[in-house]
Amino acid sequence: MINFEYTKATSVADAVRQVAADPNAKFIAGGTNLIDLMKYNVSHPARLIDITQLPLKTVEETADGGVRIGALVPNSDLAYHPLIEKRYPIVSSAILAGASQQLRNMASTGGNLVQRTRCFYFYDATTPCNKREPGSGCSAREGINRINAILGTSESCIATHPSDMCVALAALEAKVRVVGPDGERIIAFADFHRLPGNTPQIDTNLKHDEIIVAIELPPKGFAANHSYLKIRDRLSYAFALVSVAAALEFDGGRIKEARLALGGVAHKPWRDPQAEAALRGQAPGRDTFAKAADVLLKDAKGFGHKDFKIDLARRAVVRTLTQAANGTPQIQSQKKIR
Amino acid sequence: MTASPSGRPTSITITLRVNGAERKLTIPPWTTLLDALRERLNLTGTKKGCDHGQCGACTVLIEGRRVNSCLTLAVMKDGAKITTIEGLATREALHPLQQAFIDHDAFQCGYCTPGQICSAAGLIAEGKAKTAEEIRELMSGNVCRCGAYPNIVAAIQQAMGAMGGEP
Repeated sequence: MINFEYTKATSVADAVRQVAADPNAKFIAGGTNLIDLMKYNVSHPARLIDITQLPLKTVEETADGGVRIGALVPNSDLAYHPLIEKRYPIVSSAILAGASQQLRNMASTGGNLVQRTRCFYFYDATTPCNKREPGSGCSAREGINRINAILGTSESCIATHPSDMCVALAALEAKVRVVGPDGERIIAFADFHRLPGNTPQIDTNLKHDEIIVAIELPPKGFAANHSYLKIRDRLSYAFALVSVAAALEFDGGRIKEARLALGGVAHKPWRDPQAEAALRGQAPGRDTFAKAADVLLKDAKGFGHKDFKIDLARRAVVRTLTQAANGTPQIQSQKKIR
Repeated sequence: MTASPSGRPTSITITLRVNGAERKLTIPPWTTLLDALRERLNLTGTKKGCDHGQCGACTVLIEGRRVNSCLTLAVMKDGAKITTIEGLATREALHPLQQAFIDHDAFQCGYCTPGQICSAAGLIAEGKAKTAEEIRELMSGNVCRCGAYPNIVAAIQQAMGAMGGEP
Protein backbone atom coordinates (compact mmCIF):
# COMPACT_ATOMS: atom_id res chain seq x y z
CA MET A 1 0.00 0.00 0.00
CA ILE A 2 1.02 3.62 -0.49
CA ASN A 3 2.64 5.56 2.34
CA PHE A 4 0.81 8.36 4.10
CA GLU A 5 0.76 10.46 7.24
CA TYR A 6 -1.80 9.67 9.90
CA THR A 7 -3.48 12.10 12.27
CA LYS A 8 -6.53 11.98 14.50
CA ALA A 9 -9.30 14.56 14.59
CA THR A 10 -10.32 15.54 18.11
CA SER A 11 -13.53 17.38 17.20
CA VAL A 12 -15.63 18.14 14.12
CA ALA A 13 -14.08 21.62 13.99
CA ASP A 14 -10.60 20.10 14.23
CA ALA A 15 -11.44 17.64 11.43
CA VAL A 16 -12.56 20.48 9.17
CA ARG A 17 -9.48 22.54 10.06
CA GLN A 18 -7.14 19.66 9.27
CA VAL A 19 -8.73 18.72 5.96
CA ALA A 20 -9.05 22.36 4.82
CA ALA A 21 -5.32 22.85 5.43
CA ASP A 22 -4.26 19.93 3.23
CA PRO A 23 -5.65 19.40 -0.29
CA ASN A 24 -4.15 15.89 -0.30
CA ALA A 25 -5.76 14.76 2.95
CA LYS A 26 -8.73 12.45 3.27
CA PHE A 27 -10.91 11.44 6.18
CA ILE A 28 -10.95 7.81 7.22
CA ALA A 29 -13.70 6.12 9.24
CA GLY A 30 -14.55 2.49 8.36
CA GLY A 31 -11.95 2.48 5.61
CA THR A 32 -13.61 -0.42 3.78
CA ASN A 33 -13.52 1.33 0.41
CA LEU A 34 -10.68 3.81 0.89
CA ILE A 35 -8.06 1.26 2.05
CA ASP A 36 -9.02 -0.96 -0.87
CA LEU A 37 -8.62 1.93 -3.33
CA MET A 38 -5.25 2.77 -1.80
CA LYS A 39 -4.09 -0.82 -2.23
CA TYR A 40 -5.05 -0.62 -5.91
CA ASN A 41 -3.23 2.72 -6.24
CA VAL A 42 -6.48 4.36 -7.33
CA SER A 43 -6.59 6.71 -4.35
CA HIS A 44 -3.39 8.20 -2.97
CA PRO A 45 -3.98 10.61 -0.13
CA ALA A 46 -0.80 12.00 1.45
CA ARG A 47 -2.52 12.11 4.81
CA LEU A 48 -5.39 10.26 6.46
CA ILE A 49 -7.35 12.04 9.15
CA ASP A 50 -8.94 9.49 11.49
CA ILE A 51 -12.40 10.76 12.45
CA THR A 52 -13.51 7.69 14.39
CA GLN A 53 -13.15 9.43 17.77
CA LEU A 54 -15.76 12.09 16.89
CA PRO A 55 -19.09 11.98 18.74
CA LEU A 56 -21.22 11.11 15.70
CA LYS A 57 -22.35 7.65 16.75
CA THR A 58 -25.98 8.00 17.86
CA VAL A 59 -29.35 7.41 16.25
CA GLU A 60 -31.99 9.67 17.76
CA GLU A 61 -35.45 11.04 17.13
CA THR A 62 -35.64 14.68 16.11
CA ALA A 63 -38.14 17.34 17.18
CA ASP A 64 -39.90 17.24 13.79
CA GLY A 65 -40.67 13.52 14.18
CA GLY A 66 -37.81 12.30 12.03
CA VAL A 67 -34.61 10.48 12.95
CA ARG A 68 -31.05 11.76 12.92
CA ILE A 69 -28.29 9.23 12.23
CA GLY A 70 -24.74 10.13 13.23
CA ALA A 71 -22.30 9.83 10.35
CA LEU A 72 -20.15 7.30 12.24
CA VAL A 73 -22.93 4.83 13.07
CA PRO A 74 -21.77 1.51 11.57
CA ASN A 75 -23.97 0.14 8.79
CA SER A 76 -24.79 -3.01 10.80
CA ASP A 77 -25.82 -1.05 13.91
CA LEU A 78 -28.04 1.14 11.77
CA ALA A 79 -29.70 -1.81 10.02
CA TYR A 80 -30.55 -3.44 13.37
CA HIS A 81 -31.44 -0.27 15.26
CA PRO A 82 -34.97 -0.62 16.71
CA LEU A 83 -36.05 2.82 15.46
CA ILE A 84 -34.88 2.07 11.94
CA GLU A 85 -36.28 -1.49 11.88
CA LYS A 86 -39.68 -0.27 13.05
CA ARG A 87 -40.11 3.08 11.31
CA TYR A 88 -37.78 2.86 8.29
CA PRO A 89 -37.57 -0.86 7.48
CA ILE A 90 -36.61 -0.10 3.87
CA VAL A 91 -33.35 1.37 5.16
CA SER A 92 -32.61 -1.77 7.20
CA SER A 93 -33.43 -3.97 4.25
CA ALA A 94 -31.29 -2.03 1.79
CA ILE A 95 -28.29 -2.05 4.14
CA LEU A 96 -28.59 -5.80 4.70
CA ALA A 97 -28.71 -6.33 0.93
CA GLY A 98 -25.21 -4.89 0.61
CA ALA A 99 -21.68 -6.08 1.41
CA SER A 100 -21.04 -8.67 4.15
CA GLN A 101 -21.64 -8.51 7.87
CA GLN A 102 -17.89 -7.94 8.45
CA LEU A 103 -17.90 -4.95 6.12
CA ARG A 104 -21.17 -3.63 7.54
CA ASN A 105 -19.62 -3.81 11.03
CA MET A 106 -16.81 -1.55 9.82
CA ALA A 107 -18.44 0.77 7.29
CA SER A 108 -19.89 4.06 8.52
CA THR A 109 -23.14 5.69 7.45
CA GLY A 110 -21.36 8.78 6.12
CA GLY A 111 -18.74 6.69 4.36
CA ASN A 112 -21.43 4.68 2.60
CA LEU A 113 -22.51 7.87 0.79
CA VAL A 114 -19.02 8.73 -0.43
CA GLN A 115 -17.91 5.24 -1.46
CA ARG A 116 -16.75 5.16 -5.05
CA THR A 117 -17.93 3.23 -8.07
CA ARG A 118 -16.96 -0.43 -8.54
CA CYS A 119 -16.56 -0.02 -12.32
CA PHE A 120 -13.86 -2.55 -13.27
CA TYR A 121 -11.90 0.04 -15.25
CA PHE A 122 -11.92 2.59 -12.44
CA TYR A 123 -10.22 -0.05 -10.29
CA ASP A 124 -7.72 -1.10 -12.96
CA ALA A 125 -5.05 1.59 -12.93
CA THR A 126 -3.56 0.26 -16.18
CA THR A 127 -6.61 1.28 -18.25
CA PRO A 128 -7.94 4.71 -19.26
CA CYS A 129 -10.69 6.04 -16.95
CA ASN A 130 -11.98 9.59 -16.85
CA LYS A 131 -13.10 9.22 -13.26
CA ARG A 132 -9.68 8.09 -12.07
CA GLU A 133 -7.64 10.16 -14.49
CA PRO A 134 -9.67 12.99 -16.09
CA GLY A 135 -9.22 13.20 -19.84
CA SER A 136 -7.77 9.71 -20.28
CA GLY A 137 -10.95 8.23 -21.79
CA CYS A 138 -13.61 5.71 -20.76
CA SER A 139 -12.73 2.03 -21.15
CA ALA A 140 -16.16 0.87 -20.01
CA ARG A 141 -18.19 2.28 -22.92
CA GLU A 142 -16.78 -0.35 -25.29
CA GLY A 143 -15.68 -2.77 -22.58
CA ILE A 144 -17.21 -5.24 -20.16
CA ASN A 145 -19.93 -3.03 -18.78
CA ARG A 146 -22.76 -5.17 -17.43
CA ILE A 147 -22.40 -3.55 -14.00
CA ASN A 148 -22.41 -0.05 -15.50
CA ALA A 149 -25.07 2.60 -15.95
CA ILE A 150 -28.02 2.74 -18.34
CA LEU A 151 -29.38 6.12 -17.23
CA GLY A 152 -27.83 9.56 -16.88
CA THR A 153 -24.60 8.51 -18.57
CA SER A 154 -22.25 10.87 -20.41
CA GLU A 155 -19.66 10.52 -23.13
CA SER A 156 -16.97 10.50 -20.45
CA CYS A 157 -18.41 8.05 -17.88
CA ILE A 158 -20.93 5.25 -17.47
CA ALA A 159 -20.10 4.35 -13.85
CA THR A 160 -22.74 3.62 -11.23
CA HIS A 161 -22.95 4.53 -7.57
CA PRO A 162 -22.69 1.16 -5.81
CA SER A 163 -24.57 1.78 -2.55
CA ASP A 164 -27.76 -0.03 -1.60
CA MET A 165 -28.46 2.13 1.47
CA CYS A 166 -28.37 5.28 -0.63
CA VAL A 167 -31.16 3.98 -2.89
CA ALA A 168 -33.45 3.69 0.14
CA LEU A 169 -32.32 7.08 1.48
CA ALA A 170 -33.08 8.65 -1.90
CA ALA A 171 -36.57 7.13 -1.88
CA LEU A 172 -37.20 8.49 1.63
CA GLU A 173 -35.83 11.95 0.70
CA ALA A 174 -33.26 11.95 3.47
CA LYS A 175 -31.07 14.98 4.10
CA VAL A 176 -27.32 15.11 4.52
CA ARG A 177 -26.00 17.44 7.21
CA VAL A 178 -22.45 18.61 6.57
CA VAL A 179 -20.03 20.96 8.33
CA GLY A 180 -17.40 23.09 6.62
CA PRO A 181 -15.25 26.11 7.50
CA ASP A 182 -18.31 28.37 7.18
CA GLY A 183 -20.55 26.25 9.38
CA GLU A 184 -23.30 23.72 8.74
CA ARG A 185 -25.40 23.19 5.66
CA ILE A 186 -28.01 20.65 4.65
CA ILE A 187 -27.94 18.91 1.28
CA ALA A 188 -31.10 17.25 -0.03
CA PHE A 189 -30.34 13.63 -0.88
CA ALA A 190 -31.17 14.17 -4.56
CA ASP A 191 -28.54 16.92 -4.68
CA PHE A 192 -25.80 15.01 -2.88
CA HIS A 193 -24.61 12.70 -5.66
CA ARG A 194 -23.96 14.04 -9.16
CA LEU A 195 -24.32 12.79 -12.70
CA PRO A 196 -20.95 12.32 -14.41
CA GLY A 197 -21.26 14.93 -17.18
CA ASN A 198 -17.78 15.96 -18.23
CA THR A 199 -16.41 15.93 -14.66
CA PRO A 200 -16.87 12.28 -13.64
CA GLN A 201 -13.97 12.58 -11.19
CA ILE A 202 -16.36 14.50 -8.91
CA ASP A 203 -18.84 12.05 -7.39
CA THR A 204 -20.73 14.31 -5.00
CA ASN A 205 -21.43 17.93 -4.11
CA LEU A 206 -19.60 17.55 -0.81
CA LYS A 207 -16.59 19.89 -0.85
CA HIS A 208 -13.08 18.85 0.09
CA ASP A 209 -13.21 20.90 3.29
CA GLU A 210 -16.58 19.57 4.43
CA ILE A 211 -17.43 16.59 6.64
CA ILE A 212 -20.71 14.68 6.79
CA VAL A 213 -21.97 14.76 10.38
CA ALA A 214 -25.44 13.22 10.05
CA ILE A 215 -28.13 11.80 7.80
CA GLU A 216 -31.62 12.97 8.64
CA LEU A 217 -34.70 10.94 7.86
CA PRO A 218 -38.02 12.76 7.49
CA PRO A 219 -40.98 11.62 9.64
CA LYS A 220 -42.54 9.53 6.86
CA GLY A 221 -40.95 6.05 6.75
CA PHE A 222 -43.46 4.10 4.61
CA ALA A 223 -43.15 1.19 7.05
CA ALA A 224 -46.43 -0.45 5.95
CA ASN A 225 -45.81 -0.56 2.20
CA HIS A 226 -42.22 -0.77 1.07
CA SER A 227 -39.73 -3.15 -0.47
CA TYR A 228 -36.08 -3.24 -1.52
CA LEU A 229 -35.32 -5.77 -4.24
CA LYS A 230 -31.77 -6.34 -5.42
CA ILE A 231 -30.92 -8.36 -8.54
CA ARG A 232 -27.29 -9.43 -8.91
CA ASP A 233 -24.99 -12.02 -10.47
CA ARG A 234 -24.84 -14.10 -7.28
CA LEU A 235 -27.43 -14.22 -4.55
CA SER A 236 -25.38 -12.64 -1.76
CA TYR A 237 -22.40 -10.36 -1.36
CA ALA A 238 -22.38 -8.83 -4.84
CA PHE A 239 -23.11 -5.40 -6.23
CA ALA A 240 -26.45 -4.82 -7.90
CA LEU A 241 -27.14 -5.22 -11.57
CA VAL A 242 -30.41 -3.52 -10.75
CA SER A 243 -32.00 -2.70 -7.42
CA VAL A 244 -35.33 -1.06 -6.65
CA ALA A 245 -36.57 0.79 -3.58
CA ALA A 246 -40.33 1.20 -3.64
CA ALA A 247 -42.44 2.93 -0.98
CA LEU A 248 -46.16 3.55 -1.18
CA GLU A 249 -48.85 5.21 0.88
CA PHE A 250 -52.50 4.41 0.30
CA ASP A 251 -55.73 6.30 0.76
CA GLY A 252 -58.94 4.37 0.22
CA GLY A 253 -57.41 1.76 -2.05
CA ARG A 254 -55.59 4.29 -4.23
CA ILE A 255 -51.96 5.30 -4.15
CA LYS A 256 -51.64 8.61 -2.33
CA GLU A 257 -47.86 8.90 -2.26
CA ALA A 258 -45.24 6.92 -4.19
CA ARG A 259 -41.47 6.76 -4.08
CA LEU A 260 -39.45 4.79 -6.56
CA ALA A 261 -35.65 4.73 -6.77
CA LEU A 262 -33.29 2.54 -8.77
CA GLY A 263 -29.79 1.42 -7.84
CA GLY A 264 -27.07 -0.06 -10.03
CA VAL A 265 -28.25 1.85 -13.09
CA ALA A 266 -26.81 5.36 -12.75
CA HIS A 267 -24.11 7.56 -11.22
CA LYS A 268 -26.59 8.27 -8.42
CA PRO A 269 -29.75 6.66 -7.06
CA TRP A 270 -32.21 7.21 -9.91
CA ARG A 271 -35.60 8.82 -9.38
CA ASP A 272 -38.01 10.48 -11.78
CA PRO A 273 -40.85 12.66 -10.46
CA GLN A 274 -42.93 11.76 -13.52
CA ALA A 275 -42.74 8.04 -12.74
CA GLU A 276 -43.95 8.70 -9.20
CA ALA A 277 -46.67 11.04 -10.51
CA ALA A 278 -47.84 8.20 -12.77
CA LEU A 279 -48.53 6.14 -9.65
CA ARG A 280 -50.30 8.77 -7.56
CA GLY A 281 -54.08 8.56 -7.57
CA GLN A 282 -54.06 5.14 -9.24
CA ALA A 283 -55.23 1.79 -7.93
CA PRO A 284 -52.28 -0.61 -7.48
CA GLY A 285 -51.88 -3.18 -10.24
CA ARG A 286 -49.57 -4.58 -12.85
CA ASP A 287 -50.55 -2.14 -15.60
CA THR A 288 -50.13 0.89 -13.39
CA PHE A 289 -46.75 -0.33 -12.18
CA ALA A 290 -45.59 -1.15 -15.73
CA LYS A 291 -46.49 2.36 -16.87
CA ALA A 292 -44.45 3.87 -14.05
CA ALA A 293 -41.53 1.60 -14.97
CA ASP A 294 -41.73 2.72 -18.60
CA VAL A 295 -41.58 6.37 -17.56
CA LEU A 296 -38.66 5.70 -15.23
CA LEU A 297 -36.69 3.91 -17.95
CA LYS A 298 -37.72 5.94 -20.98
CA ASP A 299 -34.21 7.32 -21.60
CA ALA A 300 -32.29 4.12 -20.75
CA LYS A 301 -29.42 3.10 -23.05
CA GLY A 302 -27.91 -0.41 -22.98
CA PHE A 303 -24.52 -0.11 -24.76
CA GLY A 304 -24.76 -3.74 -25.94
CA HIS A 305 -23.51 -5.60 -22.88
CA LYS A 306 -26.28 -4.24 -20.72
CA ASP A 307 -29.29 -4.06 -22.98
CA PHE A 308 -30.71 -6.77 -20.73
CA LYS A 309 -30.63 -4.40 -17.78
CA ILE A 310 -33.39 -2.24 -19.23
CA ASP A 311 -35.86 -5.10 -19.33
CA LEU A 312 -34.55 -6.45 -16.02
CA ALA A 313 -35.10 -3.05 -14.40
CA ARG A 314 -38.60 -2.77 -15.83
CA ARG A 315 -39.61 -6.17 -14.42
CA ALA A 316 -37.89 -5.51 -11.11
CA VAL A 317 -39.81 -2.24 -10.72
CA VAL A 318 -43.13 -4.00 -11.29
CA ARG A 319 -42.20 -6.78 -8.87
CA THR A 320 -40.96 -4.42 -6.15
CA LEU A 321 -44.02 -2.19 -6.39
CA THR A 322 -46.19 -5.32 -6.13
CA GLN A 323 -44.30 -6.40 -2.99
CA ALA A 324 -44.72 -2.92 -1.52
CA ALA A 325 -48.42 -2.73 -2.35
CA ASN A 326 -49.05 -6.18 -0.86
CA GLY A 327 -47.13 -5.37 2.30
CA THR A 328 -44.80 -8.31 1.62
CA PRO A 329 -41.34 -6.75 1.35
CA GLN A 330 -38.41 -8.78 0.06
CA ILE A 331 -36.51 -10.38 2.97
CA GLN A 332 -32.79 -10.28 2.22
CA SER A 333 -32.00 -13.70 3.72
CA GLN A 334 -34.75 -15.32 1.62
CA LYS A 335 -33.44 -15.74 -1.88
CA LYS A 336 -36.76 -16.56 -3.48
CA ILE A 337 -38.22 -13.36 -4.88
CA ARG A 338 -41.59 -12.86 -3.24
CA MET B 1 10.32 2.76 4.46
CA THR B 2 8.89 4.53 7.47
CA ALA B 3 8.92 8.01 5.95
CA SER B 4 5.68 9.70 4.97
CA PRO B 5 5.27 11.61 1.68
CA SER B 6 6.39 14.76 3.51
CA GLY B 7 9.57 12.97 4.60
CA ARG B 8 8.65 12.96 8.26
CA PRO B 9 8.99 9.65 10.12
CA THR B 10 5.56 8.36 10.89
CA SER B 11 5.84 5.15 12.86
CA ILE B 12 3.39 5.06 15.70
CA THR B 13 3.45 3.01 18.90
CA ILE B 14 0.21 1.30 19.80
CA THR B 15 -0.98 -1.40 22.17
CA LEU B 16 -3.28 -4.18 21.03
CA ARG B 17 -4.94 -6.57 23.48
CA VAL B 18 -4.60 -9.72 21.40
CA ASN B 19 -6.17 -12.89 22.77
CA GLY B 20 -5.90 -11.58 26.31
CA ALA B 21 -2.27 -10.40 26.12
CA GLU B 22 -1.13 -6.79 25.82
CA ARG B 23 1.10 -6.43 22.76
CA LYS B 24 2.94 -3.18 22.19
CA LEU B 25 4.23 -2.47 18.71
CA THR B 26 5.65 0.40 16.68
CA ILE B 27 4.40 0.40 13.12
CA PRO B 28 3.97 2.65 10.10
CA PRO B 29 0.33 3.81 9.75
CA TRP B 30 -0.17 1.91 6.50
CA THR B 31 0.21 -1.44 8.30
CA THR B 32 -3.05 -3.33 8.21
CA LEU B 33 -4.21 -5.19 11.29
CA LEU B 34 -3.78 -8.38 9.25
CA ASP B 35 -0.12 -7.65 8.53
CA ALA B 36 0.48 -6.53 12.12
CA LEU B 37 -0.92 -9.84 13.40
CA ARG B 38 0.90 -12.04 10.92
CA GLU B 39 4.20 -10.26 10.34
CA ARG B 40 4.80 -8.49 13.64
CA LEU B 41 3.07 -10.67 16.23
CA ASN B 42 3.66 -13.97 14.41
CA LEU B 43 0.01 -14.90 14.71
CA THR B 44 -0.29 -16.56 11.33
CA GLY B 45 -3.60 -18.30 12.02
CA THR B 46 -5.38 -15.34 10.48
CA LYS B 47 -5.03 -15.77 6.73
CA LYS B 48 -4.40 -13.38 3.87
CA GLY B 49 -6.63 -14.41 0.99
CA CYS B 50 -7.63 -11.62 -1.38
CA ASP B 51 -6.36 -8.74 0.82
CA HIS B 52 -9.31 -6.67 -0.50
CA GLY B 53 -12.24 -7.53 1.78
CA GLN B 54 -13.80 -9.94 -0.69
CA CYS B 55 -13.01 -13.38 0.76
CA GLY B 56 -13.24 -13.15 4.56
CA ALA B 57 -10.13 -15.29 5.25
CA CYS B 58 -8.72 -12.45 7.39
CA THR B 59 -11.78 -12.19 9.65
CA VAL B 60 -10.99 -11.45 13.31
CA LEU B 61 -13.07 -10.12 16.19
CA ILE B 62 -12.49 -6.57 17.42
CA GLU B 63 -14.30 -5.97 20.71
CA GLY B 64 -16.31 -9.08 19.84
CA ARG B 65 -17.40 -7.87 16.40
CA ARG B 66 -16.24 -9.58 13.24
CA VAL B 67 -14.31 -7.44 10.76
CA ASN B 68 -11.96 -7.86 7.80
CA SER B 69 -8.49 -7.27 9.25
CA CYS B 70 -7.07 -6.66 5.75
CA LEU B 71 -9.05 -3.41 5.46
CA THR B 72 -8.33 -2.26 9.01
CA LEU B 73 -5.40 0.01 9.84
CA ALA B 74 -3.76 -1.27 13.01
CA VAL B 75 -3.03 2.28 14.24
CA MET B 76 -6.77 2.96 14.31
CA LYS B 77 -7.28 0.13 16.81
CA ASP B 78 -4.91 1.33 19.56
CA GLY B 79 -6.08 -0.21 22.84
CA ALA B 80 -8.64 -2.50 21.21
CA LYS B 81 -9.37 -6.07 22.22
CA ILE B 82 -8.62 -8.38 19.28
CA THR B 83 -9.55 -12.06 19.14
CA THR B 84 -8.00 -14.28 16.49
CA ILE B 85 -8.37 -17.98 15.80
CA GLU B 86 -5.46 -18.59 18.21
CA GLY B 87 -7.51 -17.08 21.04
CA LEU B 88 -10.67 -19.15 20.83
CA ALA B 89 -9.69 -22.44 22.45
CA THR B 90 -8.84 -22.80 26.12
CA ARG B 91 -5.89 -24.84 27.30
CA GLU B 92 -8.30 -27.69 28.05
CA ALA B 93 -10.75 -27.66 25.17
CA LEU B 94 -11.37 -26.54 21.64
CA HIS B 95 -13.91 -23.79 21.11
CA PRO B 96 -17.34 -25.33 20.32
CA LEU B 97 -17.04 -23.98 16.76
CA GLN B 98 -13.64 -25.61 16.27
CA GLN B 99 -15.02 -28.91 17.53
CA ALA B 100 -18.09 -28.57 15.32
CA PHE B 101 -15.98 -27.88 12.21
CA ILE B 102 -14.08 -31.11 12.93
CA ASP B 103 -17.26 -33.07 13.66
CA HIS B 104 -18.88 -31.95 10.40
CA ASP B 105 -15.78 -32.06 8.19
CA ALA B 106 -16.44 -28.40 7.43
CA PHE B 107 -13.26 -27.81 5.43
CA GLN B 108 -10.96 -29.36 2.88
CA CYS B 109 -7.83 -27.28 2.40
CA GLY B 110 -8.50 -25.29 5.57
CA TYR B 111 -7.26 -21.94 4.32
CA CYS B 112 -10.58 -20.16 4.84
CA THR B 113 -11.31 -21.97 8.11
CA PRO B 114 -9.86 -19.51 10.66
CA GLY B 115 -11.87 -16.74 9.00
CA GLN B 116 -14.98 -18.93 8.82
CA ILE B 117 -14.73 -19.79 12.52
CA CYS B 118 -14.06 -16.22 13.69
CA SER B 119 -16.90 -15.02 11.48
CA ALA B 120 -19.22 -17.68 12.90
CA ALA B 121 -18.26 -16.64 16.43
CA GLY B 122 -19.25 -13.08 15.52
CA LEU B 123 -22.46 -14.32 13.94
CA ILE B 124 -23.47 -16.26 17.06
CA ALA B 125 -22.74 -13.22 19.25
CA GLU B 126 -24.90 -11.04 16.98
CA GLY B 127 -27.87 -13.38 17.45
CA LYS B 128 -29.49 -12.46 14.13
CA ALA B 129 -29.24 -15.82 12.38
CA LYS B 130 -31.61 -18.61 13.46
CA THR B 131 -32.35 -20.61 10.32
CA ALA B 132 -29.93 -22.25 7.88
CA GLU B 133 -31.01 -19.67 5.30
CA GLU B 134 -30.10 -16.83 7.64
CA ILE B 135 -26.76 -18.44 8.51
CA ARG B 136 -25.94 -18.73 4.81
CA GLU B 137 -26.77 -15.08 4.16
CA LEU B 138 -24.91 -13.74 7.19
CA MET B 139 -21.88 -15.95 6.45
CA SER B 140 -21.74 -14.79 2.82
CA GLY B 141 -18.68 -12.66 3.53
CA ASN B 142 -16.61 -15.85 3.92
CA VAL B 143 -15.82 -17.58 0.68
CA CYS B 144 -14.73 -21.26 0.65
CA ARG B 145 -12.95 -22.21 -2.56
CA CYS B 146 -13.34 -25.93 -1.74
CA GLY B 147 -17.10 -25.51 -1.45
CA ALA B 148 -17.57 -26.91 2.04
CA TYR B 149 -20.58 -24.68 2.58
CA PRO B 150 -23.23 -27.27 3.56
CA ASN B 151 -20.90 -28.66 6.24
CA ILE B 152 -19.98 -25.20 7.46
CA VAL B 153 -23.66 -24.38 7.96
CA ALA B 154 -24.18 -27.69 9.79
CA ALA B 155 -21.17 -27.01 12.01
CA ILE B 156 -22.42 -23.55 12.90
CA GLN B 157 -25.85 -24.94 13.73
CA GLN B 158 -24.27 -27.51 16.05
CA ALA B 159 -22.11 -24.90 17.77
CA MET B 160 -25.05 -22.55 18.14
CA GLY B 161 -26.94 -25.27 19.97
CA ALA B 162 -23.93 -26.20 22.10
CA MET B 163 -23.28 -22.58 23.00
CA GLY B 164 -26.91 -21.70 23.71
CA GLY B 165 -26.43 -18.49 21.76
CA GLU B 166 -23.54 -17.38 23.94
CA PRO B 167 -20.30 -16.36 22.21
